Amino acid sequence: MPVASSEKIFVKGNEAVAMAALEAGCRCYFGYPITPQSDIPEYLSRELPGLGGEFLQAESEIGAINMLLGASATGVRAMTSSSGPGISLKQEGISYMAGSELPGVIVDIMRQGPGLGGIDASQADYFQATRGGGHGGYRIIVLAPNSVQEMYDLTMLAFDLSDIYRMPAMVLADSVIGQMKESIVANPRPAVALPDKDWVVRGRKDGTPQNIVKSLKLGDGEMEKFHWMMHARYQELADKENRWEEVQTDDAELIVTAFGSTSRIARTAVAMAREAGLKVGLMRPITLFPFPKTAYAKLSERCKLFLDIELSTGQMVDDVRLSVARDADVLFYGRPPGTGSLPTPEELFEQIKKNYQARS
Amino acid sequence: MTQVFTRPESLKDVATHFCPGCNHGSVHRLVAEALDEFGIRDQTIGVASVGCSVFLYGYFDIDVIEAPHGRAPAVATGAKRARPDRIVFTYQGDGDLAAIGMSEIIHAANRGEDLTVIFVNNTTYGMTGGQMAPTTMPGQKTSTSPYGRDVAKDGAPFKMAELLSNLDGVAFSARVALNSPKNILQAKKMIKTAFRYQVEKKGFSFIEALSSCPTNWGMNPLAANQRVTDEMIPYFPLGVYKNTANL
Repeated sequence: MPVASSEKIFVKGNEAVAMAALEAGCRCYFGYPITPQSDIPEYLSRELPGLGGEFLQAESEIGAINMLLGASATGVRAMTSSSGPGISLKQEGISYMAGSELPGVIVDIMRQGPGLGGIDASQADYFQATRGGGHGGYRIIVLAPNSVQEMYDLTMLAFDLSDIYRMPAMVLADSVIGQMKESIVANPRPAVALPDKDWVVRGRKDGTPQNIVKSLKLGDGEMEKFHWMMHARYQELADKENRWEEVQTDDAELIVTAFGSTSRIARTAVAMAREAGLKVGLMRPITLFPFPKTAYAKLSERCKLFLDIELSTGQMVDDVRLSVARDADVLFYGRPPGTGSLPTPEELFEQIKKNYQARS
Repeated sequence: MTQVFTRPESLKDVATHFCPGCNHGSVHRLVAEALDEFGIRDQTIGVASVGCSVFLYGYFDIDVIEAPHGRAPAVATGAKRARPDRIVFTYQGDGDLAAIGMSEIIHAANRGEDLTVIFVNNTTYGMTGGQMAPTTMPGQKTSTSPYGRDVAKDGAPFKMAELLSNLDGVAFSARVALNSPKNILQAKKMIKTAFRYQVEKKGFSFIEALSSCPTNWGMNPLAANQRVTDEMIPYFPLGVYKNTANL
């Protein structure tokens, strides 16, 4: 079935991820069932065979990430998806992919934790996603959609960035964004200049030199050189690929900041504040790694009060604090994940009003 | 003068890091000969594992993916599914395949993936210094079983060639040894048959090769070779456990 169309369609966030993967040319999917992301493998198990693709339900999350590693090493676009407990199991493979400079897309529809936790929305895996997650001091690209349209667009972007920068890319959402339905336009895959994959392992059929995909680096100075090279690549990512959205920040005296599902609620609360005559804006990072530090720094030259809102006891707030000017204050309001802990717009508006008035 | 014995084209002209008396070099050579004889060197992807076999890419002149510990069958599954026209094999030791990677091997075998798995069983973890492996024999002393493997506590060694042959997805399963010229010739035949299964797209093939590990067994190469004959082969009988297509 052709994915791209100019007509509006009404789909779930998770379905939009699966559709975008197909449109992006992903023909290999490996996964393991876990709530709240199972719509993704269900969709792809239906559609991939007809497109000549491979859908494989792996024996485990570990199996799935290593199948992704193997497929990606041969140069094809491949994807896996999971949620908290499964993403934890995948960390070994993600670390090996990072060490082997392999692209590959990992979708994380966050659920609550620690442990088995629960299946409602959570943002408490921000650290796990943005700090690499596994061993060895690496980072991966992390994109945080806040709508079904962005689930589609950012999944497509994840494939491109992953190929360009040769590192795993994660789409980080939660059950609110994954499970809700919205109207979207399934845009065609954008024309993006991609580097040649001259490193792939595909057999030396055309007399090409031996290619090796590996993460073992025992040579004198080899590992240090690798880390500095990756460090430079992360810097290049930060210079070129930062993405964020600002709403009414020009004259704001207080800037609310939130990502993903929470930013949707925050946006309603900001509109309520504006209606009440408060000069409040919203700053929403779309890339969580790279984190749009320079955008925060610029905003904080003028606005000295930030209110970070998360579905956790505070994780992204650390990055906000590290990004803003020294004389700017970063306040925090969070609700740890749990059934019934999703804040209401009114609740966030009260927080905004209280802090805004205390300052003026 | 005609040269009758040369290095296989699929092997690089380099010295290996293997210890004197270790059979990895022999298994490498037999796999390389099979690739040469089928003319598939330039379409083969090798999947290296963790342990003494990790340097596969240093010795084989083929494209190689290095898998995390135990995950080679999953990595190979991904590669083969993405490139079904390529020959994909894994090369794994006993700790890698039968302990940390038991789930991956069982499921790849059960799915009947069109792969060839070369499993080198030397009853110990070689690279990490001779710890107890899932195939360590009853009573065998290792650095983590200093009083000998206690079957009541540690269980009995896995017999992988037999175990996998019970799965419907497995087309070919055999155990070979490298302790005598006769057994090496037989091993060559079996390894070639295992690759023939994949060349002819006839399903999952598995070779268990018994190997000595003089260094970690604390023996000289001759004594270690004798141990393969006297202790290992009686416990891990050689033979073909499954040959569905009678190749």
